[in-house]
Amino acid sequence: MNMPVLNEIKKSLIAAIWFMFLTFPIMVIKVNTITRTIDWRWKNMMYTGIGAFFLSAVWRYMLRRKEKNQNALEKEGLSIVQKILQVKTFSIPATVLLLIFAIVFPHLFSMHQTNIMISALIYVMLGLGLNIVVGLAGLLDLGYVAFFAVGAYAYALLNLHFGLGFWTVLPVGGFLGAVFGILLGYPVLRLRGDYLAIVTLGFGEIIRIILENWNEFSFGPAGIANIPKPELFGLDLSLSAKTIYLYYIIVLLVIFTVFVINRLTDSRIGRAWIALKDDEIACQAMGIDKAKTKLRAFALGATWAGMGGVVFAAKTAFINPASFTIWESVIILCTVVAGGMGSIVGVICGALLLILLPEYLRDFGQFRMITFGAVLVLMMVFRPGGMIENVRRTYQFKTGETNDIHS
Amino acid sequence: MTSILDVKNLTLDFGGLRAIDHLNLTVNKGEIAALIGPNGAGKTSFFNCITGIYKPTAGEIFLTCRNGEKERINGLKPNLVTRKGMARTFQNIRLFSSMTVLENVMIGCHSITHAGILGAVFKDAATRKEEKYIVDKSYSILKTLELERFVNELAVNLPYGAQRLLEIARAMATDPQLLLLDEPAAGMNPTETRRLDDMILKIRDEKGIAILLIEHDMKLVMRISETIHVVDYGKKIGEGTPEEIRNHPVVIKAYLGEDIHA
Repeated sequence: MNMPVLNEIKKSLIAAIWFMFLTFPIMVIKVNTITRTIDWRWKNMMYTGIGAFFLSAVWRYMLRRKEKNQNALEKEGLSIVQKILQVKTFSIPATVLLLIFAIVFPHLFSMHQTNIMISALIYVMLGLGLNIVVGLAGLLDLGYVAFFAVGAYAYALLNLHFGLGFWTVLPVGGFLGAVFGILLGYPVLRLRGDYLAIVTLGFGEIIRIILENWNEFSFGPAGIANIPKPELFGLDLSLSAKTIYLYYIIVLLVIFTVFVINRLTDSRIGRAWIALKDDEIACQAMGIDKAKTKLRAFALGATWAGMGGVVFAAKTAFINPASFTIWESVIILCTVVAGGMGSIVGVICGALLLILLPEYLRDFGQFRMITFGAVLVLMMVFRPGGMIENVRRTYQFKTGETNDIHS
Repeated sequence: MTSILDVKNLTLDFGGLRAIDHLNLTVNKGEIAALIGPNGAGKTSFFNCITGIYKPTAGEIFLTCRNGEKERINGLKPNLVTRKGMARTFQNIRLFSSMTVLENVMIGCHSITHAGILGAVFKDAATRKEEKYIVDKSYSILKTLELERFVNELAVNLPYGAQRLLEIARAMATDPQLLLLDEPAAGMNPTETRRLDDMILKIRDEKGIAILLIEHDMKLVMRISETIHVVDYGKKIGEGTPEEIRNHPVVIKAYLGEDIHA
């Protein structure tokens, strides 16, 4: 046995003893109120000690490995996943397979599964939208769910009062989302980082509280029920057919989102966002209008939330303010951060995992929060860039591409 | 000679501290002018003031815009000043670190291009043409400054001297009438400084861009500038050709201090 290993074991032992001491009052002492005696559960202390020792050892081992990997990564530049994603011969068939799977999914699995998938895909859309604001433009937005609520209530209310259908409201919801994005964006143009996060968080809560209290407008906490699902050329579809139809709609919307965001990233506007994230002052000195660029990011991000909201209202058929709490904003932000900020594939994977796993692990529902927290802490320690870290696709200039112009 | 930049009685206060004190300065078309002075004299504050990063307390700034008209640019936002034809570099390099060399210059083209959201999504012919124009123009600027071998490199990975040149390239992409260089030779070795001299002359001669530079390297200043403005404590204490400045008693005093034996 060499010294470092021994050293690590010693550290783990200390951690275990410390843990045993810390948890002594709750794990060992138990007051039996009936017999008025104290049960000393020394066995528990042993379990805690052994558990803490092993966890600490694993933790140390992982940290070591991470350091080693990082050195190797710096040499090679890219991780394996990123390399695979860049190989065309792999990524194109993979995309096609994924598409086929997405198409046959509702026919392979039950309606329950399809419903779960619909909500997961709604979150994919929300994650991709928030990714514009957080990942590309670098503006930390904690009130994103407000735009989701705007979209959902737009469909519910327009349908209730004017009988407008899903397809009419879908673009309206997106548009209203954008309008609210600009409304929020305008007063916070000067803010960055923590301050921006706090103001956006407040904005999200304001929208929810308005919806909760303005009974005449939004029917308060009672919510709005009987929101119809989208129709297909006036056909009378069964409930399961309607669900499958909605599933295809959201799949198409996600593809559309990916397409648009992909194009935006590669455009003049996308470059301006990244420049703004890198250095605001230099960005302005290059003639980029900071206000306009930020508002564009807010508006374009909120558009997807608005449309997602419309789909959400159609899916659940019932909405009330309880669906739009700060917790939703946090989950959406988590999907972006855990998936990989700025990376489209990362955000999709992050959203699917973070939404699908809790659904399928419902039996362990009581541990949901603790697992969620633990996973996030682990992510930040071992993969701070997210599951699939974003490697920005830079413009690759090939010589001979230019015909010299003299400006 | 027509002037391109006219600054009259510019004053800037930071609370009780007067950083710039009734400064007058004119830069003519196609001229290379230098702004020198001891540390803390207010040179960079002057740049920040005329480019809109600081709002001047008093005074007038006039810029001859691209269309040849003289416009008052006090209090305009930095991006609008750039659009009107005055671009700058920064003393502490401010490149976009996650972007490549070419992309940095492409950002400079932002103010002279127009593609919007719809153009980005649909990639119509006009947008594609504009993108091609941006790339071609950026590359040709990199060529002028002999940076083309770094074209796909990340900006942060460049050697220091090349980063300074890249800042100039990025500013040139905005199609300026007047280029403000804030200590372009800082941190360069003598060979690199020599190359920078030639580069600045080339920019002026080939593109006809007037240049106003802040610099501490007197060799460079004396060699390339036609007019030198000297400031100290925010006040202008001298103006003239390199020869005149070299022998200007007040300037010598400001730089070397009072000669006690005199």
